Amino acid sequence: MFKRLDEAASIVAIEVDGKTVRARSGDTVAAAMLAGGIDHCRTTPVSGAPRAPYCLMGVCFECLVTIDGVGSRQGCLVPVRDGMRVETQQGKREVGR
Amino acid sequence: MAASDYDVAVVGGGLVGAATAWGLAREGCRVALLDEGDRAVRASRGNFALVWVQSKGLGLAAYAGWTVRSSNAWAGFAATLKEETGLDVCFQRPGGFHLALSERELEARATTLKRLHNQPGIVDYRTEILDHSQVAKMLPDIGREVVGASYCPLDGHVNSLRLFRTLHTALHARGVKYLPSHRVGNISREGGEFHLSTMQGAVRAGRVALAAGNANMRLAPMVGLEAPMKPERGQIVVTERLRPFLHYPVVTLRQTDEGTVMIGDSKEESTDPAGLTLGVSATEAERAVRQFPLLANVNVVRTWSAIRVMTQDGFPIYDESETHPGAFVLCCHSGVTLAANHALTVAPMIARGALDKMLVAPFSARRFHVQEAG
Repeated sequence: MFKRLDEAASIVAIEVDGKTVRARSGDTVAAAMLAGGIDHCRTTPVSGAPRAPYCLMGVCFECLVTIDGVGSRQGCLVPVRDGMRVETQQGKREVGR
Repeated sequence: MAASDYDVAVVGGGLVGAATAWGLAREGCRVALLDEGDRAVRASRGNFALVWVQSKGLGLAAYAGWTVRSSNAWAGFAATLKEETGLDVCFQRPGGFHLALSERELEARATTLKRLHNQPGIVDYRTEILDHSQVAKMLPDIGREVVGASYCPLDGHVNSLRLFRTLHTALHARGVKYLPSHRVGNISREGGEFHLSTMQGAVRAGRVALAAGNANMRLAPMVGLEAPMKPERGQIVVTERLRPFLHYPVVTLRQTDEGTVMIGDSKEESTDPAGLTLGVSATEAERAVRQFPLLANVNVVRTWSAIRVMTQDGFPIYDESETHPGAFVLCCHSGVTLAANHALTVAPMIARGALDKMLVAPFSARRFHVQEAG
């Protein structure tokens, strides 16, 4: 999939669907997921088709994920933080998380 | 009578006009539907989409009966529309709640319902007062602050934008002539027919039905009718789409078939139709979170305001003109709730050329003239 152009020294660990993903400090959640080999962030509410980030600048809303229990966060706009828990979002957002 | 272009000209392309025009077409009338244009204040695009019964009719018992009649006709109305268009307006009638956030609110609610119920000639619409635990059985996500609610099994809701589209699709299929950008400047009656003048030319019809919302105030006097209106602004908060969690509409809050939660029931008089005020939206959102705490972290995708069509006393007006036979006026706040009545009951009356006094006499604008009423 994606390969980083350079490896930075500062590495943080986030958890995506229970799996540890190593990310570079300063990465967005969406970038970290792509670099970690995760090929989709969410599935659509209508057809259930998998979706990956498209614009990576806050416009397309294809990167919606649950971050630390809050659904429908735009992964491309949220920087990673060590210990962050991310879940891919299946269909519509669950209310209350 | 001169050979008119149409049997009936319906003025107003919103929900009241569209439902009436569809009903007229089903009766075999040649119908023109005159719609002002997008500069008009379009109440039908901004409603809350409840098909609501409880609380209707305090001060005019006949309005409760009229509302229940429409509520009962709604399922058949929706089914007929689906048959004709293939479109589902998502009508559901699971019953609806009015939640109280304090003992005082619940008491006020009970008092209102008692006063409503004690009116002579009132139809029983089986509204009950429930306590917190009874409400929680049906709405498990309510907050601790909800002390109770009134519940009416006849309440329901629809997808009102889809209803609007479905009615227009059905109108088109039935050959109703939809005339957009036809703001009616003047109406005159010559040689037994009505001439409606517009910038696009005149439209001639044997009868005219005014269903132009608050604009009826301007149009009705042209045909010897009156429509005293008092427009009201309401503001709505709309959330992102969520998995279904709310299986009953609440009067201030509902989840659409598509997952969106709509919040709001504010009322402001004499205000700018397009304005929004943060204070009102914030109050609506705050009450919604107290009612359903799980909404606390949900994203709001937009807020908007719209104008309610409202007569001066809040009850509908259905009248036929004494000076201009064949002219009718229809005004009401509840264009969604009463759509089934307009299509299935009022339209056939207009097609026959006379309102059925047994059904609609209480809704004559004559009630505003206290000396003559009675």
